[in-house]
Amino acid sequence: MERIPVLRMGSLLLITIQVDMHDKLAMQLQDDVTQRISDWGSTGVLIDISSLEIVDSFIGRMLANIAGMSRVLGAETVVVGMQPAVAITLVELGMSLPGVRTALSVEAGMELLFGPGAGFGSGSDDDRAQA
Amino acid sequence: MTEPRRETLPLKTSNDVVFARQKVRQWAIELHFGLVDQTKLVTAASELARNALDHGKGGQMCIEQIANGARVGLKLIFEDQGPGIPDIELALKDGFTTGSGMGFGLGGSKRLVNEFSIDSAPGKGTRVTVVRWK
Repeated sequence: MERIPVLRMGSLLLITIQVDMHDKLAMQLQDDVTQRISDWGSTGVLIDISSLEIVDSFIGRMLANIAGMSRVLGAETVVVGMQPAVAITLVELGMSLPGVRTALSVEAGMELLFGPGAGFGSGSDDDRAQA
Repeated sequence: MTEPRRETLPLKTSNDVVFARQKVRQWAIELHFGLVDQTKLVTAASELARNALDHGKGGQMCIEQIANGARVGLKLIFEDQGPGIPDIELALKDGFTTGSGMGFGLGGSKRLVNEFSIDSAPGKGTRVTVVRWK
C-alpha cells in the first residue's frame, strides 16, 4: 500500500511529502504520525513540503490537523520548505495556515523546534547530539 | 496550437482529482503560463474538482484552450449532477462549508482565477466555469 514514510531522528519525526496527496494517503499519514508520537514519545514533527507544487484547502487542512493532533499528544509541528508560488496561492485562497508553525528550511525548522544550534551544519557541537 | 483544443476528464474518485490537477498543470505549462499563474489555476482546479466529487457525488472536468485576440487562456468547466447549491452567494463566502473542508473552496478558487461563474439549482447539479488568462 502507498504510504508516506515517517522517519525517526531522536525525538523528532521527519516527514517529506513528495507525492500528490489524495484522501487515503492523507488519512493514513495522520494515523501514522499520531501513532509514532505515541509509540516513540516524539516531541517534534517536521513536515517538508518543498516538493509540493500546490497546497489546496484539503492539504492545508491535513497539515493543520496533524499540527493540532500532535500538539494534543505533546509534540510541536513545523511545516518547512513551502515554495513561494504555493505561499502566494495559499494566502489568496484564504488560508494562511493559522496554528501551523512554518520555517523556510529543514534546518530553520529544527532550530524552531529545538533551539539555536539544532539545525544541521550550524557548526556547534553542544550537547544536543543526545536528543 | 492554433486549432481549438478541449478534453474531458471524469471526476469519480480521489485519484481523478489528482489526475485532473496534473492535466491542468500540463496544459498551463504548454501555454507558457508563469509559475504563480500555473499554481493558482491548478489549485483552483483542485478545489473545484474536489467539490464536484465531495458535494456533487462525482462529475467531470472539461479543459479548453481559448483565445481572445492575441491573448490565450484556459477555461475549465466542472459539472456534477449532485444536489446543487441552494444559496450560491452563501456558498461563496469564506468559511462556509457543508462538508469536511475548511470552506475556502468556492470563494477561494474565485480569487485564483480571472473569470468565474456558477450555474446551479437544487436538484439540478452544479456547473462551475473558470477562466485564467495568460
